[in-house]
Amino acid sequence: MKKLINNPEDVVTDALEGIQAAHGDVLKVAIDPHYICRADAPVQGKVALVSGGGSGHEPMHGGFVGPGMLDAACPGEVFTSPTPEQMLEATKAVDGGAGVLHIVKNYTGDVLNFEMAADLAREENIEVEAVVVDDDVAVQDSLYTAGRRGVGATVLAEKICGAAAEDKRSLKEVADLCRKVNGNARSMGMALTSCIVPAAGAPTFDLGEDEMEIGIGIHGEPGRERISLAPAKEVVERLAGPIVDDLSLQQGDNVLAFVNSMGGTPLIELYIVFNELKKLLSGRGVNIARNLIGPYITSLEMAGCSITLLKLDDELTRLWDAPVTTPGLTWGA
Amino acid sequence: MPVQYADVVAWVKAFASAIEEGKDYLTQLDSAIGDADHGTNMHRGFRAAVQKLEEFPGDDIGAALKGVGMTLVSKIGGAGGPLYGTFFMQMGTALAGKSELEAGDWATAVEAGVKGVQTRGKAEPEEATMLDALLPAVQALKESVGDGSSLEAALIEATEAAEGGMKATIPMIARKGRASYLGERSVGHQDPGATSSYLLMKAASDVLATKNAS
Repeated sequence: MKKLINNPEDVVTDALEGIQAAHGDVLKVAIDPHYICRADAPVQGKVALVSGGGSGHEPMHGGFVGPGMLDAACPGEVFTSPTPEQMLEATKAVDGGAGVLHIVKNYTGDVLNFEMAADLAREENIEVEAVVVDDDVAVQDSLYTAGRRGVGATVLAEKICGAAAEDKRSLKEVADLCRKVNGNARSMGMALTSCIVPAAGAPTFDLGEDEMEIGIGIHGEPGRERISLAPAKEVVERLAGPIVDDLSLQQGDNVLAFVNSMGGTPLIELYIVFNELKKLLSGRGVNIARNLIGPYITSLEMAGCSITLLKLDDELTRLWDAPVTTPGLTWGA
Repeated sequence: MPVQYADVVAWVKAFASAIEEGKDYLTQLDSAIGDADHGTNMHRGFRAAVQKLEEFPGDDIGAALKGVGMTLVSKIGGAGGPLYGTFFMQMGTALAGKSELEAGDWATAVEAGVKGVQTRGKAEPEEATMLDALLPAVQALKESVGDGSSLEAALIEATEAAEGGMKATIPMIARKGRASYLGERSVGHQDPGATSSYLLMKAASDVLATKNAS
């Protein structure tokens, strides 16, 4: 294992201290238990947004804390859900009296821990709503699985709901908006390499030099099929095809196209993917009205990418364009 | 011979040691179908739980197990935290105020713990989860205690049933948790959660067998 770390057990704490050192102007880091919240929290009268999940997906979620996006993020150990205690403390730290929305990615651990945290917060008379994001079309949403995973749409939901909360919308309105984003967004990812969880010290799965894994999640878990390497154009067809079908995109639809690096894939390759995506969508009469390209929801050093499409309307576009000031996303402020 | 407070502490410690020894094996099982963290997470949680027990005053077995459960929930994370935490919390609730346990108390408490796991995780039998080891163990425990067996004999039966249940997850298609994303590709892999649950049952029979032998 070759990693720039001091000790596998200290990876999360060391990184959190680094985040505090770098971005103390917009956020503050609590170490026991671990959470990150806005420096000016709680913001009185505003719905607070709390998300969280395993570490190793940076900048998600901690890098999205700040005005216009999240009020707090709870980082678990690498690829491990945070605990209810972290979520409860974060919820209390950011509650400004207008209620707290938990944005939860659909993984068994995240869902169970956020459920326990919401119960504890309600016992302390904090109004909590939770929305579970499940946008990954690589997983069948059936009784026979844990349901579709939450991936790229989480970033978009956090940005859009953050803007709505700044507009002083109610908890119910912000939660409904989160469900709307989730309902209008679909994703799929692929890997060229596996990744190494620091505490495990070895790659999570083996992938041959001439192979790629289609339909991976963001925790190094294998995907839905393993195939021979193919040109970017074909990869984009494999990823975007199921998304376009699932969203039933029609000629004339506007979308936000999010091309994400899994951590190890450079921007030059993401632009190639984006270009192929643009051609594919143009061929179907779908217009890319907004885009986001870069490493935003990663899986440590994994090489690969994911594509997320969000069907836009005027409301979603306006909220996407609204100002945001976080370490990971900043514009318009 | 009834189970004393010290025996329950010894059980949790024996399980913590088994997890420490089996940490890499559990993580390896999890790498194949999940996200390679079960061993490290359980190790972190049970190290903290043992520490908690050592600071714990008194002889109330129920309160001690509840303390273990709450420590696990706050230290493990992942799905294992709420599930193992709920197991110990429910067991603790069932044994509130007790400082000595007969075989029947043990069976009732383990059953309450397993029901808690089932409610929290919403899993059914044969979905390749912890429950596939735990449910047969509870069944065996209840039957042997009902037949008037000694606690020691009942625990050995429960451990054998858990082992059978654990191995039975190998040909199953996982339908809960991260392994379910693999669908048919999860076939051929032993479930890591069922494996740690077997170790939990085994720790109980190991500790009480040693006790009665000594």
